[in-house]
Amino acid sequence: MTHEIILSGFGGQGIMAMGKMLAEAGMQEGLSVNWLPSYGPEVRGGTANCSVLLSSEPIISPLVLEPTEIIVMNKPSLLRFEPQLVSGGHAFVNSSIIEIQASRRDITAFYVPCLDIAQELGNPRIANMVMLGAYIEVTQCLHAKTVEQMLAHLFTGAKAGLVALNKEALRRGAASILKAAC
Amino acid sequence: MAIVYERSRGLTETEMHFCPGCTHGVIHKLVAEVLEELDIIGSTIGVASVGCSAFAYNYFACDMQQAAHGRAPAVATGIKRVHPHLAVFTYQGDGDLAAIGTAEIVHAAMRGEKITAIFANNAIYGMTGGQMAPTTLLGQKSTTSPQGRQKEMHGSPIRMAEMLATLDGCVYTERVMVADPASIAKAKRAIKKAFTLQLSGAGFTMVELLSTCPTNWGLSPVEAVGWLKENLVPCYPLGVYADKAEQKEATR
Amino acid sequence: MAKELWKGNEAVAEAAIRAGCRFFFGYPITPQNEIPEYFSRHMPEHDGVFLQAESEVAAINMAYGAAGCGARVMTSSSSPGISLKQEGISYMAGAELPVVIVNMMRGGPGLGSIAPAQSDYFQATRGGGNGDYRTVVLAPATIQEMTDLTQEAFDIADIYRIPVLIVADGMIGQMMEAVEWKQPKPRKLPKKSWATDGTKGKREHNIISSLFIDPKDCTLHNHRLQQKHDLITQHEIRFEEYLTDDAEILFVAYGTTARICQAAVLRLREAGVKAGVFRPISLWPFPEKELYDCANRAGVKAVLCAEMSMGQMIDDVKIALGGSKSVHFFGTGGGTCPTPAELTKAAQDALEGV
Repeated sequence: MTHEIILSGFGGQGIMAMGKMLAEAGMQEGLSVNWLPSYGPEVRGGTANCSVLLSSEPIISPLVLEPTEIIVMNKPSLLRFEPQLVSGGHAFVNSSIIEIQASRRDITAFYVPCLDIAQELGNPRIANMVMLGAYIEVTQCLHAKTVEQMLAHLFTGAKAGLVALNKEALRRGAASILKAAC
Repeated sequence: MAIVYERSRGLTETEMHFCPGCTHGVIHKLVAEVLEELDIIGSTIGVASVGCSAFAYNYFACDMQQAAHGRAPAVATGIKRVHPHLAVFTYQGDGDLAAIGTAEIVHAAMRGEKITAIFANNAIYGMTGGQMAPTTLLGQKSTTSPQGRQKEMHGSPIRMAEMLATLDGCVYTERVMVADPASIAKAKRAIKKAFTLQLSGAGFTMVELLSTCPTNWGLSPVEAVGWLKENLVPCYPLGVYADKAEQKEATR
Repeated sequence: MAKELWKGNEAVAEAAIRAGCRFFFGYPITPQNEIPEYFSRHMPEHDGVFLQAESEVAAINMAYGAAGCGARVMTSSSSPGISLKQEGISYMAGAELPVVIVNMMRGGPGLGSIAPAQSDYFQATRGGGNGDYRTVVLAPATIQEMTDLTQEAFDIADIYRIPVLIVADGMIGQMMEAVEWKQPKPRKLPKKSWATDGTKGKREHNIISSLFIDPKDCTLHNHRLQQKHDLITQHEIRFEEYLTDDAEILFVAYGTTARICQAAVLRLREAGVKAGVFRPISLWPFPEKELYDCANRAGVKAVLCAEMSMGQMIDDVKIALGGSKSVHFFGTGGGTCPTPAELTKAAQDALEGV
């Protein structure tokens, strides 16, 4: 099992954090993992993307050139990375702000209104966690529980209150997929 | 017979390479005597630089490091950070401290690095054979300013004691000369004060010593001393430019 | 021990602290800024010193001073900054001071790009500064290996009194991988009786210097350095072979490029082409004999050197093979990585040419 994932969006959408969560959770489940950010001059509000590799085999090359999944949080990201997706791959599209649809027929796109859901939960900054919940629900590459347990380690002290919110975001993301499938 | 004079224990027995009449030997002696009087020969690390000062590591009896051209304050910083309780000094000439090593001396002073810079200013590059220094006087001839230093072409002499005095981390700079017994005695007091302040943890200290280079000035040793007083001193006024440790005490 | 997810730049800094390094002098430059940032956060916890210098030149000279006092010291930078450090590296080689220097290579020449590259190979393996000297150069391919090599680097530096470079690239610096902190195998380290730590009136003064004004003395010094280099060449060569036993096409690559070559090897094998990778880990000393033996096994038809440069390590590959095999090359310069597809095609082309 190997998942080659590209995550992309605006700076500030929590792209890097989402990727790190995936890698950390993968490692905890005993998978080989790699997280690789694209980096450039420091610019606020610029584009941000990273790749994550999750594999039951040792990871050889860290490059993700033909992703099996893309998580795109803005329109430029969809336009840029959809062509790279392997045939049969999955695109996770932030449909709250991306008004267009994926154009390829040989891939499966999941439209997740993650920003709308996050706003319903009262915090637009957790849109990434909503998306992560959707991603895990579809790919089943990880147990949602692993990520939930990580949250408890991540948010401690004054931030402990964020654990419940983030868990809820993950669940709502997963639920959005189930709803779409109905 | 009574001993009236002997070499400071701060110096080794190595014969110095300096030209006849050069005042580097005097400055070495003063630093060595201060180390001896403060009883810190065994707890001092000196940094030799590049130029006529390059062989200082052979002459001082304390532990020594030899640094690349201009980098002595950076090397001294590394040493002091490892051994905060030892005394650390650099021994640098004008090319080393005021040209190629300007960044290093300014930033060591800015950080208030607890070191003492012994700065021998003779307004010329000695070791390399008499080239123009940043401290060369306007009109002064050198092998790279054969028509004399010109303001439009080369800029004006740089005054390091004044310059560094503007930095908060620099607690003490004084310019002295080594031209006669009285000025040499005064120079020694300045060096001792600098080391004492360093050891008290006050901050960065520097003593600028106007010195002679008879060989490259093309003068006899005696003429050179006269030239120093008549020409260097007016451009580089003697005196204390920073003494912030005293100010601190005064405000208390 | 449990695995932890570490970013390359932070992992190399943590590994240094675990190796007993308590002094770091640095200057910011992309893509290695997490190294000084990590030290600035964590050195105080270990009573260590992090100091941001006014320049790379000052940083390496601070390292000189600290190393001269016998301390374990590190400095790091990326390509243009490493160029600035060359003066100090030459002086440290001359004064025989141990230091570990990290270069997270980026594209050049000049300001170049900030993307991953391997174009400082010549500079790293040929000394880099003035004079006749070498530095030990270790090139990890994974973050785990980088942390393991960091401990080894400090030991090698101390044992031989020599600067050791850890060369990786911006990708290894920026990526995160799992790290298992290992207890290094202890090596016998010599006492640093040469260090300047104050005579305390109990010994002759120690002198740290690279100056030997009498050419006879300087010649002797150079011979002594050469003997040391020979000793290192005998004892400190490191390399790895990947599926080379039956290989007909042999990649030679290091660091990130070697990993991409391994991916190409799997593709080639799927297509029925037996491919393997010879990966030098110590770039200096270069595994000359080991590469020669590997490349001259019965099955090897062609050798393909791959680098993120326009061709630098290939010189060492050719020296090692001594004309026994033709050497093909695939390189990318300026901050782009080769892809497995490109390397696969280059290998197929090389085999067709045989």
